[in-house]
Amino acid sequence: MPQNLDPVKDHISLFQEPEYQNLLNKKRELFENRHDPEKVQEVLEWTKTWDYREKNFSREVACINPAKACQPIGATFAAAGFEGTMAFVHGSQGCAAYFRSHLTRHFKEPSTLVSSSMTEDAAVFGGLNNMIDGLANCYKLYEPKMIAVSTSCIAEVIGDDLNSFILNAKEKGSVPQDFDVPYAHTPSFTGSHINGYDAMMQGILHHFWEDRERTENDSINIIPGFDGYCVGNNRELKRILDMMCVNYTILSDTADVYDTPTDGSFRMYDGGTTLAGAKAALEAKATISMQQGCTKKTLAYCKEKGQAVEAFNYPLGVKGTDQFLMKISELSGKPIPEQLRLERGRLLDAMIDSMHWLHGKRMAVYGDPDFCLGMVGFLLELGVEPVHVLSTNGNKAWAKQMKALLAGSRFGARAQVWEGKDLWHMRSLLFTEPADFLIGNSHGKFLERDCGIPLIRLTFPIFDRHHHHRFPTWGYQGGLQVLVRILDKVFDKVDEETGVLGVTDMSYDVTR
Amino acid sequence: MSLDDMNAKTTESQAAAENAPVRPEAAATAEDGAAVEGSDYTVDAEFHRALIAETLEAYPEKAAKRRAKHLAVNDLTKADCGVRSNVKSVPGVMTQRGCAYAGSKGVVWGPIKDQVGISHGPVGCGHYSWAQRRNYATGHTGIDNFVAMQITSDFQERDIVFGGDKKLAIMIDELETLFPLNHGVSIQSECPVGLIGDDIEGVARAKAKDTGKPVVPVRCEGFRGVSQSLGHHIANDTIRDWILPRDDPDPGFEPTPYDIAVLGDYNIGGDGWSSRILLEEMGLRVIAQWTGDGTMAELKRAQKANLILIHCYRSMNYIARYMEDNFGLPWMEYNFFGPTKIAASLREIADKFDDTIRENCEKMIARYQPGADAVVEKYGPRLKGKKVVLFVGGLRPRHVVGAYEDLGMEVTGTGYEFAHKDDYERTAKEVKDGTLIFDDASGYELDQFIEKMRPDLVGSGIKEKYPTQKMGVPFRQMHSWDYSGPYHGYDGFAVFARDMDAAINNPAWELLSAPWQAA
Repeated sequence: MPQNLDPVKDHISLFQEPEYQNLLNKKRELFENRHDPEKVQEVLEWTKTWDYREKNFSREVACINPAKACQPIGATFAAAGFEGTMAFVHGSQGCAAYFRSHLTRHFKEPSTLVSSSMTEDAAVFGGLNNMIDGLANCYKLYEPKMIAVSTSCIAEVIGDDLNSFILNAKEKGSVPQDFDVPYAHTPSFTGSHINGYDAMMQGILHHFWEDRERTENDSINIIPGFDGYCVGNNRELKRILDMMCVNYTILSDTADVYDTPTDGSFRMYDGGTTLAGAKAALEAKATISMQQGCTKKTLAYCKEKGQAVEAFNYPLGVKGTDQFLMKISELSGKPIPEQLRLERGRLLDAMIDSMHWLHGKRMAVYGDPDFCLGMVGFLLELGVEPVHVLSTNGNKAWAKQMKALLAGSRFGARAQVWEGKDLWHMRSLLFTEPADFLIGNSHGKFLERDCGIPLIRLTFPIFDRHHHHRFPTWGYQGGLQVLVRILDKVFDKVDEETGVLGVTDMSYDVTR
Repeated sequence: MSLDDMNAKTTESQAAAENAPVRPEAAATAEDGAAVEGSDYTVDAEFHRALIAETLEAYPEKAAKRRAKHLAVNDLTKADCGVRSNVKSVPGVMTQRGCAYAGSKGVVWGPIKDQVGISHGPVGCGHYSWAQRRNYATGHTGIDNFVAMQITSDFQERDIVFGGDKKLAIMIDELETLFPLNHGVSIQSECPVGLIGDDIEGVARAKAKDTGKPVVPVRCEGFRGVSQSLGHHIANDTIRDWILPRDDPDPGFEPTPYDIAVLGDYNIGGDGWSSRILLEEMGLRVIAQWTGDGTMAELKRAQKANLILIHCYRSMNYIARYMEDNFGLPWMEYNFFGPTKIAASLREIADKFDDTIRENCEKMIARYQPGADAVVEKYGPRLKGKKVVLFVGGLRPRHVVGAYEDLGMEVTGTGYEFAHKDDYERTAKEVKDGTLIFDDASGYELDQFIEKMRPDLVGSGIKEKYPTQKMGVPFRQMHSWDYSGPYHGYDGFAVFARDMDAAINNPAWELLSAPWQAA
């Protein structure tokens, strides 16, 4: 009998028992009408060739394993970073269920947002009544301080006008007239989650800032952007800025809402940018974006309001952090404290201690456009040679920026930049022009398995490893964390390669 | 801490946690006269009635009126638990439901491994459902198994304006080039497709002619219906219309009197396999498995079976009824959760066949029962009397009750995301009088129920998991088996028991309060 009591066998070992192997084989042979194993093997080998790669790259429509999500999830993420804010998705309820599941699987945390539950009749007559009822119910039931409305496909295709709908709902008494209901149109058929983040951020700032006089103060706004590591990163940002005694406001701070304690009570809302803070942020002298791609509209708006603006590209490593700190120092007039110089030295110390194991290693990177820029910047400092840099939601401008970054280092000479491509393209790239390691997210695990290239998980979403997002990747401390993640994988691979008794075991060193 | 100490500790905390008064006079009902240890318990109807009333107070009047119809305590004198179901969700209350696309792509079509499923429309729907449902399937990903892939037409604004049909046709050609071993394509429509008036059926017909393989257009746009449920139905209908009538060859297939088809087992964590192993051991031949680890050949072949078994009634009763009406093919529901239900189901299945099968069945039960008893013996003492609240999709809120009761656990509340009246009729018989019943519960309702009932375990989904655990209440995901499984069959029951014990009796729960906090 295949099952056992101590230990109980679950799917991981149970189906390897002979009874189940026999069952699977029998099912395959008798009932599945599969292709011959030789044929399967032949096609598998063909998919590894240049011929397949050419066919793969000549497709014009099919999008296969794209590394991007859609706009409204970005909007709900941005909204979650404001005090007591409920994100409200005007559209089909399935969208909201998907966003919640997706964010929850990454953060291992609650993700609360509501939907106006539009159905077929709303598609015909418009979703106004859904908005009126939805706002009223959400307001009464969940007692938010703000409801941030975004849209999903159905509302966009039929052309629901959020501004007039919200005004209408306020007229009907769904929420008080002076209750904050910022909004953003976030069609899923343009851009990706990073644009949705941008739209909602701009919508919230517009809501609080428009038609108000601005008296500039010395404060600096910082917008983190859509970041799966927000918990660790925003806290690291705050630690650095507090250390520098800078007056700042993080606009959309999701650190606490995606890291609530287990202590007997469920906090639907936690932390976040205060609404007063969001309002007062108009007076800030400057707004800094940590991710250019997440804030194009937003920064344009901040600039229009008279603020200085600066966009970073998910700064990682030494130079990325240097530039960020110098910009903060320049804008605030506050010096960079000695403590941070020491932290810089410690990161560099670690990099130099480990340089032998990274120098000349070939790595492929994929992810959001800004993540790729930050990651490649750090890799170039480590002497790693990027071979493929791929961003499904990266455009030509991003590719140009990436190529310029690579051109600045001899380690970047062999790298190829792939904008708008997906992870099925990456599969062909890794088979025909391999890398030693792949940097990406959990979706990369199929590439890891199929191409035999170890995956280093360093960007959203990470579903199959736990708690990485609780540690920072930004700042010098964050750089250390990124370095260790990369090194651990490198060492694991070396140990694996040298672990074959009587064959490669001579190099199975205890000290590396 | 020794195992005995842990047991003692559990009993203490269990006694302390029992805040719901129990009504002693309510009569316990045992299934089929066979008194299962642990199923002899009562549930506090009065407490549940008060809880419903209190919860509804938080809603605006209009919403309270609508929601009131979906909350009830089970009353054995009523056939359907006394709740309304399968109607639109109330906007803004945080329904846990998904959409028709989720029901078709995610549930029915997604698991069929040798078809390429196109998420037709914008990128998001396919992204969020990418390799998330644990419908296990063996094969070579991207070669002859396409389950764990996100394949989408990635609609852009111009597709909304000019339509996506042309693009779809080109895409099917491209997929044929890149995935030559596919046995068909399904087109899973997302919201915009139905709104812009595309003719995906026309494209499907033309392309099926080109490729000689099934190309199935599924109108499962997310705005259709009120939940995932209509997506199941639509997906069933596409199997009826686009697969069953095909005359594809089925080389080497010779019918036998013992041929059966299994429907509504999605092979979550391998459930289908730990079920199939029993059916085969009994002497039956499973010629089609729908749809977990399923293939296009099996979809087509099921109509040649002599009996259809349905596990998830909600998602596949439609096609079973169709095959009954049109091919005279009988079908029956069964339940492979927990040894009591498994044995009853096996006997009921065997009764549809001859003495050989009946004898095999009895021999098999005799062979497996000691193992199941050992599981109960091992985990039962730590689980007996523990109270469970369930909120799942369309089947498990009733189907797993027996498995909990086999372990001596007590189900005090249960609810469905997307059940219909006939599901509640089936539920009424499975749970105790006075059980709290909730249909399409909102986030608020679930939080209130859990907070006030303080059960020892909640079984629900990923969205509900973390709020519950923050409250200090143990939790298991009962859609995905929380990345464990299988839970079906005798082999699965051991995993189920192990997991429930691990969730409830993990030592971390003792650390909720800081020692310096006032009690």
